[in-house]
Amino acid sequence: MSAGLGALAAAVRGWFLGEAAKAPAASSDAPAPAAVPSRWGVAVQGGPRVGSAAITGPLDSGPDAADPDPEPEPAPEESSPTGPIPGPSSPWARGRWRLLSGGWPRGRTRPPVPATSPEPARRTPAPEATRRLRLRAPRASRSNAVHAGAWWLWALGLATAASRTTNPLLLGLLVGVAGYVVAARRTDAPWARSYGAFVKLGLAVLVVRLLFSVFLGSPIPGTHTLFTLPEVPLPDWAKGVRIGGRVAAEQLVFALYDGAKLATLLICVGAANALANPARLLKSLPGALYEVGVAVVVAMTFAPNMVADVVRLRTARRLRGRPTGGIKAIAQIGLPVLEGALERSVALAASMDARGYGRTAQVPPAVRRTTTVLTLGGLLGVCAGSYGLLAAAGAAYGLPLLIAGLLAALAGLRLGGRRSVRTRYRPDRFGPRSWLVAGSGAAVAALLIRAGTYAPEALHPGVVPLIAPTLPLWPAASVLIGLLPAFVAPLPSKETP
Amino acid sequence: MIRFEDVSVTYGDDADAPAIRGVDLTVPEGELVLLVGPSGAGKSTLLGTVSGLVPHFTGGTLRGRVTVDGRDTRTHKPRELADLVGTVGQDPLAHFVTDTVEDELAYGMESLGLAPEVMRRRVEETLDLLGLAELRDRPIATLSGGQQQRVAIGSVLTPHPKVLVLDEPTSALDPAAAEEVLAVLQRLVHDLGTTVLMAEHRLERVVQYADQVLLLPAPGTPPVIGSPAEIMAVSAVHPPVVALGRLAGWDPLPLSVRDARRRAGALRDRLADLSPVPPVPVTGAPPQTRPLRPAGVGGPPVRTSAVSSIAGRAGFFRPAGGKIQPRRRLRRGVWGGAPATARRNTAPGGPPGRSLGEIEARGPGRSPGSDGPLAETRALGVRRDRIEALCHVTLCVAPGETIALMGRNGAGKSTLLAALVGMIQPTSGTVLVGGRTPHRTHPRELIRQVGLVPQEPRDLLYADTVGAECAAADADANAAPGSCRALVSELLPGVPDATHPRDLSEGQRLALALAVVLTGRPPLLLLDEPTRGLDYAAKARLVGILKALAAEGHAIVLATHDVELVAELAHRVVILADGEILADGPTPEVVVSSPAFAPQVAKILAPRQWLTVAQVREAL
Repeated sequence: MSAGLGALAAAVRGWFLGEAAKAPAASSDAPAPAAVPSRWGVAVQGGPRVGSAAITGPLDSGPDAADPDPEPEPAPEESSPTGPIPGPSSPWARGRWRLLSGGWPRGRTRPPVPATSPEPARRTPAPEATRRLRLRAPRASRSNAVHAGAWWLWALGLATAASRTTNPLLLGLLVGVAGYVVAARRTDAPWARSYGAFVKLGLAVLVVRLLFSVFLGSPIPGTHTLFTLPEVPLPDWAKGVRIGGRVAAEQLVFALYDGAKLATLLICVGAANALANPARLLKSLPGALYEVGVAVVVAMTFAPNMVADVVRLRTARRLRGRPTGGIKAIAQIGLPVLEGALERSVALAASMDARGYGRTAQVPPAVRRTTTVLTLGGLLGVCAGSYGLLAAAGAAYGLPLLIAGLLAALAGLRLGGRRSVRTRYRPDRFGPRSWLVAGSGAAVAALLIRAGTYAPEALHPGVVPLIAPTLPLWPAASVLIGLLPAFVAPLPSKETP
Repeated sequence: MIRFEDVSVTYGDDADAPAIRGVDLTVPEGELVLLVGPSGAGKSTLLGTVSGLVPHFTGGTLRGRVTVDGRDTRTHKPRELADLVGTVGQDPLAHFVTDTVEDELAYGMESLGLAPEVMRRRVEETLDLLGLAELRDRPIATLSGGQQQRVAIGSVLTPHPKVLVLDEPTSALDPAAAEEVLAVLQRLVHDLGTTVLMAEHRLERVVQYADQVLLLPAPGTPPVIGSPAEIMAVSAVHPPVVALGRLAGWDPLPLSVRDARRRAGALRDRLADLSPVPPVPVTGAPPQTRPLRPAGVGGPPVRTSAVSSIAGRAGFFRPAGGKIQPRRRLRRGVWGGAPATARRNTAPGGPPGRSLGEIEARGPGRSPGSDGPLAETRALGVRRDRIEALCHVTLCVAPGETIALMGRNGAGKSTLLAALVGMIQPTSGTVLVGGRTPHRTHPRELIRQVGLVPQEPRDLLYADTVGAECAAADADANAAPGSCRALVSELLPGVPDATHPRDLSEGQRLALALAVVLTGRPPLLLLDEPTRGLDYAAKARLVGILKALAAEGHAIVLATHDVELVAELAHRVVILADGEILADGPTPEVVVSSPAFAPQVAKILAPRQWLTVAQVREAL
């Protein structure tokens, strides 16, 4: 398994670097292929199944050492010629870094390298240079943008992976991967700022989970008592509920792992939110669901307007000699804000009507009736099928019915789309880069699910008795595949609006 | 292209008072037709009948028939006219469905079901036509007002409509942005043969572009259509250039500065030995005999009486002690003891001459100028995030002075006003208003020092009736009950207590907000874009009110794009750009030489410093 995994990682990397021939990806049966682990330094000496002692090596040497990516940071780049990169001199490596990612993540200072990195072009033969140029992530524009759905698939892949493990080190790695990609590829758009909010929400969830565990107790038996809170005596009927009492280290660690898992899930969703343009995502809905999409888009533009109204009206209270804070202020401006929103929505409705919203094509009655039958029948089928699947007796007919129902409903939606005359302006295409982004997320999910079978104890470090969690090599390596979008996705343009 | 056949529109059951009646005319293809008339005369209704929004969307009863390119709007809903008629309203933000420029341009075509290649091509063409190519990926919310209006026009142009219907497209824009939009319209009419039907209050900007003018004199009266010169000769609403032409007896009437300048040689010679009476603050100035009547507008009697009533009750605004002593006003009853209503009864609106004389007679007593400036900023800086909204602004406001803040959108005008009322905390420098730092002063106390009427007067109005609003304002300002209501009756005669503030017209709402602010009797009054959306009559009333207030010793600071308003009102003009003061000086000196800020009369009679038609009329 590990060999296969290594081969996959090497193949992806090799393909991507355009040096598939150099990478020993072909040696799929060789355990721990040379190309990948040689960059790993200390960790590789322990082999795939390293113990906790060995694993501390890369952790101690900082996150960069644990990063399997060939060119993790601009700074170490300067010294990398002495490292394991076969052949290239320093500017070569630098150029390759630029080629790979198309730039440095935001917030880092650029080393003084010419933007177009002419050096590698001079030193390498021309065909290779053009190939590298082709592989280099371009500046983002509307035509090469990664499909919003691809970002969501990637993030959901990471979230799935997070749901399969409670190992805090792996979860931390997942958060790190998501954060790195967000830092490297998010734009200045308003939705991109939501990432910070999701991180805070995740931390809040973690803290709440811990507090609950402290105050309400936990079914986890523990021997390491940390402290004892005064216990609230409860009547007999409330048996099983405990408030206060003994707090053990085990229960806290358990709550911590559990909370960390939830927080990681939230942060993955936040990453998708920050990277994918929600309006574009809604544009990808099937034609029959178009109205729903418009409603959501309109709501999304209205919400900021209403917030701005509230702020403006609150400050305007000052002009009337009233304090701007307090609940009374909010209550008094509530009605004007709602009135304003209503007026704006009426104006918008008029504008949409005048611009042709809701024009429909003439559809023959037979098609209309078929649409209705298919949609309704399909939904009924889905209901019956789900019931069948859940009920003990109906497992035989449940699945086929569910699938048939789904197909019928989809056909109904598709047929229903015929009524709408709408066309789409420059829909997002699911190009190769989108496939890579979505695929990397899916790969992380699949590999971690698989890891659950070969290394269950590493994914779920024991709580009773307490053991220090270790970073399992192969699951960690598979998580790092999730970094791929930071190199393949087009680089957002930096100009501030 | 557009045919109206005996069209009348009635809203509700009110069959006797139709919004428009007896419209019977034809708009030929490729013409730019300008729709003029006072607020509430049915301009928007008439425009709505072309796009089909009236009556399909708004309700009401349409009699007669409107056909656009042969399509009857009775049988075609707005969405079925979408490929034929493009509609743009006053507020572009209410028009946008999507969030980026490119998507917005494509939205209409998507609804019509055009082929993707066609859409792609037309979007590119429209981006170039309107000069939006640089902005294609920008979120619409980050654009400036002029850019937004251009995007709104572009978004209805992409389906290649034959008719463009625009409801006050430039009234919210600064002069430069308005030029942008009008240049685009001009190009559409001339190059593409689009028929444009446009309503606009700011005639000085648009009338020279019009092929025909459609005048709606009053609600329910049949419209008059004719060439711009014909209509302007009889219209009650007209730009200063026309007023000057009428005064000088030019025939045909000039509509643009260029035409007027060609004919103005004789007038310039006649005026050569005379000099305009410069607008000087009342404080310390010799008594002025200029009438309060605003220049350029013949003026319905209602307005004049309102102005004179304000002037007649000038004492109403004056503190009992004669000197404005902010701290003393904390207590109720300092204001001359007698309740405002009683005073009103003793001082019925007299003739303007008498009340003016009254003002002049009390001249020295009204001047609080001996105390130094009312408001002062020193090296004021305001930063928002990384943007320096204001930087090193030093400004001094003396009592009785009217200052106009000008500059393009986003130049920092509103920020400066907000800093003066303490809505914004300065990042550096100091602000002093009446000797206090505004953002550290309690709002209750501050409203006695300074009052701001915001850009959207609605923001100040929370109650659901005018009466309740007035009562709340009295309570807020600790004024005697009924003082706000008395102000409202003066500024806004004939509005019953039970009216909902939202049912008032723009001008009425502004007057109500002004009354609410004046209830606190602040010596310093700030106005942000007061003439936005006002027609000529409402604007003339506002000018009268503000002149009367300034005459009483109120200092007024207004942020505005309206050069004609500035010419009539302001003693001093401060021009801001990128948060810095570019120019600060007496109005004639600052505006006459500036191409963007010079009023029409100044452009015609340059290099002499004549600013308004009233000055010329007086001199002759």
